[in-house]
Amino acid sequence: MRARLPLQLLIGAAIFAAFALAALVSFLWVPHDVTALNIAAKLAPPSREYPLGTDHFGRDMLSMLMVGARTSIAVAILAVGIGMLAGVPLGLWAAARRGSLIDEIIMRGNDLVFAFPSLVIAILITAVFGPSATNAIIAIGIFNIPVFARVSRGAALSLWTRDFIMAARVAGKRAFRISLEHILPNIANVLIVQGTIQFSLGILAEAGLSYVGLGAQPPTPSWGRMLAEAQTMIYTAPRLAILPGLAIVLAVLGLNLMGDGLRDLLDPRLRRARQ
Amino acid sequence: MIRYLARRLLSLALSLIAASIVIFAVIEIIPGDPAAYMLGLNASPEAVAALRDQLGLNGTAFSRYLDWAGGLLQGDFGQSYTYRVPVAELIGERIQVSLPLAAYALVLTVLIAFPVGLIAAARRGRPADWGIMAATQLGIAIPNFWFAMLLVLLFAVKLHWFSAGGFPGWEGGLAAGLKALTLPAIALALPQASILARVMRSSLIDTLHQDYIRTARAKGLTRRQALLRHALRNGLIPVLTIMGLQFSFLLAGAIIIENVFFLPGLGRLIFQAITQRDLIVVEGVVMLLVFAVIVVNFMVDIAYGAADPRLRRRR
Repeated sequence: MRARLPLQLLIGAAIFAAFALAALVSFLWVPHDVTALNIAAKLAPPSREYPLGTDHFGRDMLSMLMVGARTSIAVAILAVGIGMLAGVPLGLWAAARRGSLIDEIIMRGNDLVFAFPSLVIAILITAVFGPSATNAIIAIGIFNIPVFARVSRGAALSLWTRDFIMAARVAGKRAFRISLEHILPNIANVLIVQGTIQFSLGILAEAGLSYVGLGAQPPTPSWGRMLAEAQTMIYTAPRLAILPGLAIVLAVLGLNLMGDGLRDLLDPRLRRARQ
Repeated sequence: MIRYLARRLLSLALSLIAASIVIFAVIEIIPGDPAAYMLGLNASPEAVAALRDQLGLNGTAFSRYLDWAGGLLQGDFGQSYTYRVPVAELIGERIQVSLPLAAYALVLTVLIAFPVGLIAAARRGRPADWGIMAATQLGIAIPNFWFAMLLVLLFAVKLHWFSAGGFPGWEGGLAAGLKALTLPAIALALPQASILARVMRSSLIDTLHQDYIRTARAKGLTRRQALLRHALRNGLIPVLTIMGLQFSFLLAGAIIIENVFFLPGLGRLIFQAITQRDLIVVEGVVMLLVFAVIVVNFMVDIAYGAADPRLRRRR
């Protein structure tokens, strides 16, 4: 059976692809150099030369947003990767050995890491190493680990009480194989939804960290820092605050639509229910 | 249930100890001597040594940890390096802003998310569901501090319904305090409520596919009755998980939002402390935030056990 591609997947992928493309293009070409200040052209309204106008230093907003997309996407993708690679195996392991010492150790370890909000991790890392985009990736990534571990353990636990798992155990399969062959595919939809949430949260967290000065440092443009710089000028030049915010909203929205569409596509249970 | 509770209490205590060790260790790694930093470049070695002694910076790491942790148990967070007052006093002042803000936002989150999620699940596939899904999709995508700026632009600058920031203090009355926290709480709650409503909806819909719901319908319950009597309780388990996760977002979010509204809360305290290298304040505030998250997760665990007896049974 071949399912049609869900509409929201196409829309979301199109929106997100636009940002990803802008980020990729920014490596090769941007309309204007984002490190060159041009005070004479400061706060210029949108024009043919500056499609989205310029900021308070005369930098081209479109170029700033393109390079900012690069920062946001890179930080969020790497942070989700860290979270999934470490979190999902831990969660599956804990669920398979439910109630054992290893479950207790993993879950308490999880609680421990999870008790540190990404901002607090970032604060601690920054206090030690100073602020940077790398530290933002590590902070958000560490924060993602217990999220994925918890969600996959929780979803796996309810599966372990189901009859088809019992059947697999009776058939002599080991917990590792059951986790891999039966549990993982069945929690994939939960992980996709969570992955989507964490990716969007990653972009949001990066923006938040940059906004308070704990993320990417000047001169690297980042959407969060653009917002922080724009805040004092929100009365005189609201455009400077509105454009980076819209970029964040659109990128996150595109990702979320994509994730929802993927879930509809991948989850046979939902597909059957729809027909 | 008693044994379940006792075990959870034990792990709560262990988590708190582990967290305090991690925080202490991280602060230990930080290079530089707070005493030398406080006294400046021209300070004599004797003065630095005397101050180190006064601040309790001498002795082994282990004995300093025991001093610090023992003090925490008695509510003594140590003495601020820069303000020269007890850290507990500083935190006590600031927490009167941050905690009510996070709690206010959590209440708003639940008040919005529960009915919205329930309606969307009950009206699945209908216009109401579509509208709710579209609105929450947008809500999730909006950064809370940017939403806060937009709220300021609309309600403070254009409409003059609220002030753009600041906090009058609770002495000015409950109403004035709550009013000052309303825009920040809305900014914090909107994204979290959108997430929670979607989790609630998908969890309820998942539950509605279970056999016992078909049984409930077969024995004559209406869709609505089956939803409220059977699906809701089972569907709440993932919702509780996410709410537990969200509390830390609200606390962390509060730290950022305080910046937008110039609120004198823990966030302002911790950022000032970092720039002033007032590490004992950083340590104290981080410990407090982490303590709050651990206790909330403990309560979520207990709620799990209450909502689903199966989760208590096998240890």
